[in-house]
Amino acid sequence: MLQTQELQINIGPQHPSTHGVFRMLVTVDGETVVDLKPVFGYLHRNHEQLAEANTYLQNMPYTDRLDYFNSMANNHAYAMAVERLTGIEVPERAEYIRVLMVELTRILNHASAVGFMINDMGAWQTPLAFGMREREKILDLFEMASGARLMCNYFRFGGVARDLPPEFIPNLRELLRALPAYIDELERLLRDNEILLQRAIGIGILPPEVALSYGVSGPVLRGSGIPYDVRKAEPYSVYDRFDFDIPVGKVGDVYDRFLVRIEEMRQSKRIIEQVLEQLPDAKGGHINPKARQNVRPPVGDAYARIESPKGELGFYLVSDGSTKPYRYKVRAPSFINLTPLADMCRGYKVADIVVILGSIDIVMGEVDR
Amino acid sequence: MPELSPTELRARLAEVMPMALVEPEPLAVTPPPSHGPQPGLFQPADPVIKPEHLIEAALFVRDTLGYAYLSDIAVVDYLYAGCFELVYRFYHPAGGSSIVLRVRVPRDHPVLPSLTPHWPAANFHEREAFDLFGIEFTGHPYLRRIYMWDEFEGFPMRKDFPRQGDKYLGGDEG
Repeated sequence: MLQTQELQINIGPQHPSTHGVFRMLVTVDGETVVDLKPVFGYLHRNHEQLAEANTYLQNMPYTDRLDYFNSMANNHAYAMAVERLTGIEVPERAEYIRVLMVELTRILNHASAVGFMINDMGAWQTPLAFGMREREKILDLFEMASGARLMCNYFRFGGVARDLPPEFIPNLRELLRALPAYIDELERLLRDNEILLQRAIGIGILPPEVALSYGVSGPVLRGSGIPYDVRKAEPYSVYDRFDFDIPVGKVGDVYDRFLVRIEEMRQSKRIIEQVLEQLPDAKGGHINPKARQNVRPPVGDAYARIESPKGELGFYLVSDGSTKPYRYKVRAPSFINLTPLADMCRGYKVADIVVILGSIDIVMGEVDR
Repeated sequence: MPELSPTELRARLAEVMPMALVEPEPLAVTPPPSHGPQPGLFQPADPVIKPEHLIEAALFVRDTLGYAYLSDIAVVDYLYAGCFELVYRFYHPAGGSSIVLRVRVPRDHPVLPSLTPHWPAANFHEREAFDLFGIEFTGHPYLRRIYMWDEFEGFPMRKDFPRQGDKYLGGDEG
């Protein structure tokens, strides 16, 4: 009988597949994972305390840097929290523009998330380039509207910073025409590849009751078969006016989370098409002209959450009646979605860890804050 | 979709565990003035729970009321009121708005029971609260700093943590 012993290995923080600076202390028995302890904080900048030193509007560009793939979604959640705190109303047209931007963000995020995940499975760089291809076109649209590609800083209290430029809609329609074929292509990359399927099916299973008890959200929760989506569960903005489905997985493995993301891109496209139909009739301008940006909310608190591409993104604000927040708390979906990582990896092989991590889809800017 | 207003939640809790509820005092969010009444007073409508009854109340919310999704635990440092308030936010998996339980612990002795052994979703929220605010959760299986390094002294999100010139930033230039 060969004597074996458990071994502790360290993955990260500088590792190409940890999506930033994330470290995991893994205990292995041979090739099998026995335990895993995530270690955070390499990108910690105490974002929440920085926010307490800034005025409400000065925090808007900071929220871009939380989840730097989805700056529009972060802007939306923060703007909603401040609007709840102050009671600012948002015109209809501005709400449609917001939904449009956040749904474009969802397509962008899921395309790159799928690309990165296949990259983690060992298909080096080529699928990632596929994932990034349409992302570039969406970033061009963001640049037209906001002037920036990644750190958009586009939302304001009571609306958005400027109206859509005239060339935006024709370019968007062109993108939408190319999108279905692109999503099919991205799906076939994994679905038709025997090697990738073997690395995805039955790996990193998260049963539905476990997923719920861990408080995960977004595609991870829906991949486990729980149809919980903030857009339907607690409709905000104008989401109650659109017709769309919530895709769910069957067993909660890596493959299910991949399929949920692909299907969500199709649903986002459906929402964008409905936005384009309803946008010309929407009342009001791109911003509430009465909304002051230098807000001074009354003493109180407010919580607003949206379905960001990664899960439930929430902002909890407490005001002391001054121009700066007394408390600014971010409920970051990537951070909470990492809670069950140890359970998801236990019993699988060392090589599966990066695939499971890739299927959760984290951004360290948001995890470490 | 299930909806439960703060007053309804308070009434439900008062039926089952009247001992657990505290009559909430308004919290001062601004320094006390030299004369006249306190200007900034914050009075939330949600029920405030005694720390020792937190587990009981949270499990009641989950198992009886069905709010099985623990979304967030936010800590607020009310320096002028001398307490930390923890805001537990729960959602129903069928949808609807949140219900909130609040727990207040004194600033000089911030200890309360950990929810993690009963409800693993609390794990990282509690570690974050421990790291940044120094709140101790008794019974937490792995209560260690999550963002700062283990040797770090002090709790950076407390209102009385020096904004400048602490030992890590190196004197006044920091």
